[in-house]
Amino acid sequence: VRTISSLDWRDGDGEPGDLVVRGARVVDPASGLDEARDVVVRGGEVAEIAPAGTGEVPEAEVIDADGLHLFPAFFDPHVHLRTPGREDEEDLETGSRAAAAGGYCGIAAMANTEPPVDTPAGVEALRERASREASVPIGFMACVTRGMRGEGLTDMLELREAGAVGFSDDGLPIKSTRLLRRALQYQRIAGAQIALHEEDPELSGEGVMHEGEVSAALGLAGIPTLSESTMIARDALIAGYENARIHVQHLSCRESVEAVAAAKEAGVNITCEASPHHLALTDEEVRSLDPIFKMHSPLRSEEDRKALVEALRTGLIECVATDHAPHSIDEKEVPFEAAANGTTGLETAFAVLHTELVVPGVLDLATLIGRMGAGAAVIDLEPPRIAQGADANLVLCDLDAEWEAGAEGWESRSENCAFAGRTLRGRVLVTVAAGRIAYRNRAFSVGVAA
Amino acid sequence: VKHLLSIADLDRDDIERILERAESFAEVGRRDIKKVPTLRGRTIVSLFMEASTRTSSSFELAAKRLSADVVSLKAAGSSAEKGESLKDTIATLSAYGPEAIVIRAREAGAPALVAQWTEAAVINAGDGKHEHPTQALLDLLALRRRVGSIEGKRIWIVGDVLHSRVARSGILAFRAMGAEVTVCGPPTLIPRGVEEALGCKVAYDLGRLGEADVVYALRMQRERMSEAFVPSIREYATNYQIDARRLGPRQLLMHPGPVNRGVELAPEVIDGPSSLIADQVEAGLYVRMAVLYELLAGRERPGGGARADDAAIEEPTPIGEPA
Repeated sequence: VRTISSLDWRDGDGEPGDLVVRGARVVDPASGLDEARDVVVRGGEVAEIAPAGTGEVPEAEVIDADGLHLFPAFFDPHVHLRTPGREDEEDLETGSRAAAAGGYCGIAAMANTEPPVDTPAGVEALRERASREASVPIGFMACVTRGMRGEGLTDMLELREAGAVGFSDDGLPIKSTRLLRRALQYQRIAGAQIALHEEDPELSGEGVMHEGEVSAALGLAGIPTLSESTMIARDALIAGYENARIHVQHLSCRESVEAVAAAKEAGVNITCEASPHHLALTDEEVRSLDPIFKMHSPLRSEEDRKALVEALRTGLIECVATDHAPHSIDEKEVPFEAAANGTTGLETAFAVLHTELVVPGVLDLATLIGRMGAGAAVIDLEPPRIAQGADANLVLCDLDAEWEAGAEGWESRSENCAFAGRTLRGRVLVTVAAGRIAYRNRAFSVGVAA
Repeated sequence: VKHLLSIADLDRDDIERILERAESFAEVGRRDIKKVPTLRGRTIVSLFMEASTRTSSSFELAAKRLSADVVSLKAAGSSAEKGESLKDTIATLSAYGPEAIVIRAREAGAPALVAQWTEAAVINAGDGKHEHPTQALLDLLALRRRVGSIEGKRIWIVGDVLHSRVARSGILAFRAMGAEVTVCGPPTLIPRGVEEALGCKVAYDLGRLGEADVVYALRMQRERMSEAFVPSIREYATNYQIDARRLGPRQLLMHPGPVNRGVELAPEVIDGPSSLIADQVEAGLYVRMAVLYELLAGRERPGGGARADDAAIEEPTPIGEPA
């Protein structure tokens, strides 16, 4: 198990300065903390968690955080940074800045770029670039199959040696059971997680949204929940047989939750994630035919959404993953069926889930904080926590602040956020990654100066 | 009503008003000189990104009967074929300052997007498998002219409901006028959740077809067989074809056209006395005139020009006659 800060990022400019966050309510379920504390950061680590008003470090930067909340920063195991190939939509600099602005101290980038990341040289080039450009640590996934063509395996061992943090053909399912089985056998020596985009292309067909009442009303071809749940059941059986482990990406429906539950019951080493949009939105949004709500997997019914929320609450779904998917405006300013899939999510994830789940009392704050960081463990990283001696991965939030998503623009290069224009409650003010201030909200720093 | 994108944009009063207007245009259609100056000087762009004969020709004729200037574009030969985006196409056409854009598109929701990009009134002439509102209005007109009131009528829509924009707009329109709708077809061609979505009943066979006052057959596309929605066209016809044996003497028959003779309809019923198919085509012209009138006649021109001549309907001034 590695630390998040051992991933690649721009951390070479000398030692981080000392920092004291004073008087914030510190909430970290992993450390059992939920009280006002002074958190002292020295040399990139949490040096001391002191009673409020007692943390003193000469020459340290002091953040007066009375009335604010301090959490372990978040980790996103599933983002798209569009690099290489579509730097007009996102690159490592803008994507990692968006992550920092959303309270993330680390992210894992998917390999479905142009070209896909399927060679050691491809991984090395990205890592080198991240070490110059990234505001927070980035882990790079590599493809399971060469060119994501679903025909032959990538050189998984060499990709691991080059630093790939895991494997995924995200964007496409691994249709061949034979090939998936080989990949899972090979995992015994390659060692890393295999994350799966679960979808049966036969059942999805030409589908562009959830199959249900709304698709019936709109005449849009539907993607049945079956398309996802049958693949999860299938792949869980293969993983169980091979004693391998798998991670299921962007769970969207009740049947998938049940398939994962059954697999866990049967002892399969399986984890899964859900995205803020699947946890907060439903296919009702698609009635508008606004392409901003076109997702893959699609937004599902209210019943499905509730099943996901409940599974997140119980921990059956281990973590939140944004599936941050930047797209140029040209790919979204077209009719629904022709539009690209996905929404950006890094900058709104916490605020959306806080607003939609914590404020109404559906999920408690500590549980949400736990799930926002648990994605690190999926790819064998130590989840962020506030504990003496741990890397200082911190996020300072004002939970009472209301803001309109996107009103002040985005750090991401793309603007296709399904939550744009909504009033959200809870705002990230400062993100600290391994002791370095990766993000500071402009309004907040002005406030301190005054 | 600014745009006609969906039947849901209209309430029952709007529909009644459009149908009344269409009736008055039908009057005009019986005169020697069928043209009225109502929309003189107005420009209407008709943009068909998908094949169509009757809808495009009937819109074009409707616009000409109202004395509007019409620019008709088809996808073949247009810049869309050269890869121009829909947004750019609309920007280009908007430069001509059209008062209305009639659009047929392959994708659901394209007309709604166009409405965001132009000042013109937008009329949906069929978007993907979503809606075809003027078809539903002409169906109402044709039926009303035959039976009087549609209130309480039982309407069976038979065939490929899954892929039919005609069915979707039709269900909404018939229900808005107080009819009861049942959709019928093989389970592979009935969308999941359609009862709740559109407020209709579902039947998988023609056993209770006798209860229908109106049988509305949908076009069965031959490609559906290769996609395994039905095992064979022959089996489909055996089970779902409307023929003289299945269609009772008091039942009326409708179909949006073009008909696959011998597939969804037997030849003897197509031209039989119960058939409204020819009436539907005729009603299409008058309904489209009424829709253009509804959206344009009371509207300020973008340039601040005069109102259209409202009196023209009641007192049509034939073109070319000395004043």
